[in-house]
Amino acid sequence: MGKELTKGNEAIVKAAVLAGCRAFYGYPITPASEIAEAAAKYLPAAGGTFVQAESEVAAINMLYGGAAAGVRAMTASSGPGISLMQEGISYIAGAELPCVIADIMRGGPGLGNIAPEQGDYNQVVKGGGHGNYRTLVVAPYSVQEMADLTTLAFDLADRYRNPVMVLADGFIGQMMEPVEFAPRAVLPEAPGWSVRGTAETRANLVSSIHLEPDMLERHVRKLEAKYREAERNEVRWENWRTEDAEIVLVGYGIMGRVLKSVVEMARAAGIRAGLLRPITLYPFPAAQVRELARRARAFAVVELSTGQLVDDVRLALEGRAPVEFFSRVGGNVPSAEEVLEFLERTFSARHAREEVLAHV
Amino acid sequence: MSSYAISHERAHAFYDHFERKGELPHQTHYCPGCGHGIVHKLLASAIDGLGVRDRTVLVSPVGCSVFAYYYFDTGNVQAAHGRAPAVATGIKRSRPDSIVVAYQGDGDLAAIGTAEIIHAANRGESMTVIFVNNGIYGMTGGQMAPTTPLGKQSTTSPGGREKWNDGYPVHVCELLNALDAPVYLERVSLGDNKQIMQAAKAIRRALEYQVKGLGFSLVEVLSPCPTIWKLTPVEAQKFVRDEMGALFVPGCVRDRGKEAEARPARAAAPALADVPRLIGLTSGEEAVPAAERDLDLRIKIAGFGGQGVLMLGEVLAEAGLEAGYEVSWLPSYGPEMRSGTSNCHVRIGRHPVDSPLVSRPNVLLALNEPSLRKFLPAVEPGGVAIYNGREVPEGCERDDVRLAAIPVTAIADGIGAGKVANIVMLGALLELCEVVDEERVRGALRRLIHNDRYYELDLAALERGREEGRKLAAEAYGWGV
Repeated sequence: MGKELTKGNEAIVKAAVLAGCRAFYGYPITPASEIAEAAAKYLPAAGGTFVQAESEVAAINMLYGGAAAGVRAMTASSGPGISLMQEGISYIAGAELPCVIADIMRGGPGLGNIAPEQGDYNQVVKGGGHGNYRTLVVAPYSVQEMADLTTLAFDLADRYRNPVMVLADGFIGQMMEPVEFAPRAVLPEAPGWSVRGTAETRANLVSSIHLEPDMLERHVRKLEAKYREAERNEVRWENWRTEDAEIVLVGYGIMGRVLKSVVEMARAAGIRAGLLRPITLYPFPAAQVRELARRARAFAVVELSTGQLVDDVRLALEGRAPVEFFSRVGGNVPSAEEVLEFLERTFSARHAREEVLAHV
Repeated sequence: MSSYAISHERAHAFYDHFERKGELPHQTHYCPGCGHGIVHKLLASAIDGLGVRDRTVLVSPVGCSVFAYYYFDTGNVQAAHGRAPAVATGIKRSRPDSIVVAYQGDGDLAAIGTAEIIHAANRGESMTVIFVNNGIYGMTGGQMAPTTPLGKQSTTSPGGREKWNDGYPVHVCELLNALDAPVYLERVSLGDNKQIMQAAKAIRRALEYQVKGLGFSLVEVLSPCPTIWKLTPVEAQKFVRDEMGALFVPGCVRDRGKEAEARPARAAAPALADVPRLIGLTSGEEAVPAAERDLDLRIKIAGFGGQGVLMLGEVLAEAGLEAGYEVSWLPSYGPEMRSGTSNCHVRIGRHPVDSPLVSRPNVLLALNEPSLRKFLPAVEPGGVAIYNGREVPEGCERDDVRLAAIPVTAIADGIGAGKVANIVMLGALLELCEVVDEERVRGALRRLIHNDRYYELDLAALERGREEGRKLAAEAYGWGV
């Protein structure tokens, strides 16, 4: 099939419909609004439901209802709206409902601005709502991945009965690239546990309350075991020119793209750089980071936030290698030249320092 | 004579044993004299009476009735505090044949869930809401509710509810009566047996309307809470009848059951094979063979908002794609957008695009002077820059860049549409450097411009742009200032 020039946000919706998504509940917010707009067009066309909710709080709870009723369902928002949805996401995880939530990140905190940032990493990857739960998180770096990882998100959501988040920055949401969509549409059957208003599902219950401490502990341990399984089976990442890399760059989303340019430029300048790009942020490719530390002299994390992804890299490394950090925020994206300059500055300084130390 | 036979049979919509409750499988968790037991029974009887047990999905709230699912032998979904109408919306919209009942208390519905109930009612969701109003937060231990009467003491209004601090009791039925969509709104009371019989009728009616597909119904039930009110069950019932009843007068606020239209059934779902086409995917189209010419265009287009900057970029990207190149198009953000300027980055090349951000353009299309000043210094030596003007402004000299000044806005005005200035510039670009075939550009325009008149105008603009480009090339005018 041919490729279609498609906007990132629109690719999410088309891939979702092809994956059998038949319900979308949303509330407008820049830079995610195109997702709701495309959903308003395509969901009804495919025989599904689109409702513009009165708030993100309502949207996430409609999603809870839709997921409970056994349809593939999703919503989308940006930072401030995701903050409002956190209560509902916790309930969805607690009730073990599958659904997909896209977060097209903008600048924060507070009203911030509508330019791209990656400041939602912690609130999406680390939880954000109350209680012991995780969301699985995929992080597209191209419009093709907006489509492919949305498809994956629905499958993971069903497999783990857990919310899966598509975490992208405003750049990936707003840009257009050619996309090859799945050749045919699928429509999975409603799961047996769902509550559909039928005789065969009458006995079913969707709930996240477990009043007895021992019951709740059992439930939380069950969720925990599920996350351990996801950590074993669902880690996805890309290694780019890391075979001989002395400096391993780490970045996701739009930074994954910029860092590919940086790798080429750095190599031309005599720095043997490579890139590790996490594709799932939870589960995080921790073992892959450690693996690269066997060869690399140092890591350099570049993100559009003041140090969120870098924490996971440090945790993964457990001190095996030094970690340098570079960030731009507020809607600024560093150019490849800017990152290269940072690398040259940092690593020549480090080199000089190491030489001095060697002579002491 | 009453139309209701007195029966001591357990409704079928209740479980025979309350196994979900564990210990004491024969009694509910409600306090003696609590109204929930009665309301549950009335609802269960209505479900039985209408024969919809299998179709019913009960959405239970946060509050004393959080465990309604211990008792109702129906589909059950437990919702977050106040969100039952949103959850019910999600269920009903996806399962239109289900009978969805949101069961809520006063804190749940009239405080934290105010937005959800108003908007579910306003959308006319085909659901039934049972709103149990006992004027107090029961489960959390006696805090003030939005429906607590003025002067009434609670743990959070120790001196009695006071209007200046706490506002007034909320009248939910009257509030919802301001909306167009609801079909049925009635307030009933559990103050005595006669009132309970009326409550039974109202609950049945509210459910019946949903079975008929009519839309949103809500029954507010004034209900006793002897434990928190610190009254005996008998005193509590009297309080409901007399004091609550005086504040919240029972009665039908709205009944449009006769004239209401049934919500139209959703159209049948299309065949799965048709879905790609229905969402605008042109399946079956052959993949374009990869282009062979080595090309690495890094294009920056900038100007004022409304000058067609993004559109110009899209035409280039689309044309590049049709010619078999790898492409990307990125609208720019940043401080510059605040002054109403707009710019985009386009990459067209033979190899997969790494960064879609263009920081060192080899083509700059500047539709206004600030854009030229801002981005010209970044243009790669040997690159091309076209500026929308009669001459290159002072201070914008680059002798290592092919810099052309073409007044594309003036030219576009000349052909009758200033809006096509961007396409005039595109025409000039095609003439001045080898980007993509004009054929591809025309194809891209045809795909993107649905209005035939604009398409014709764009073709004319493209041609005029080429003429200007040819002139420039011939006269070497404006090059390499």
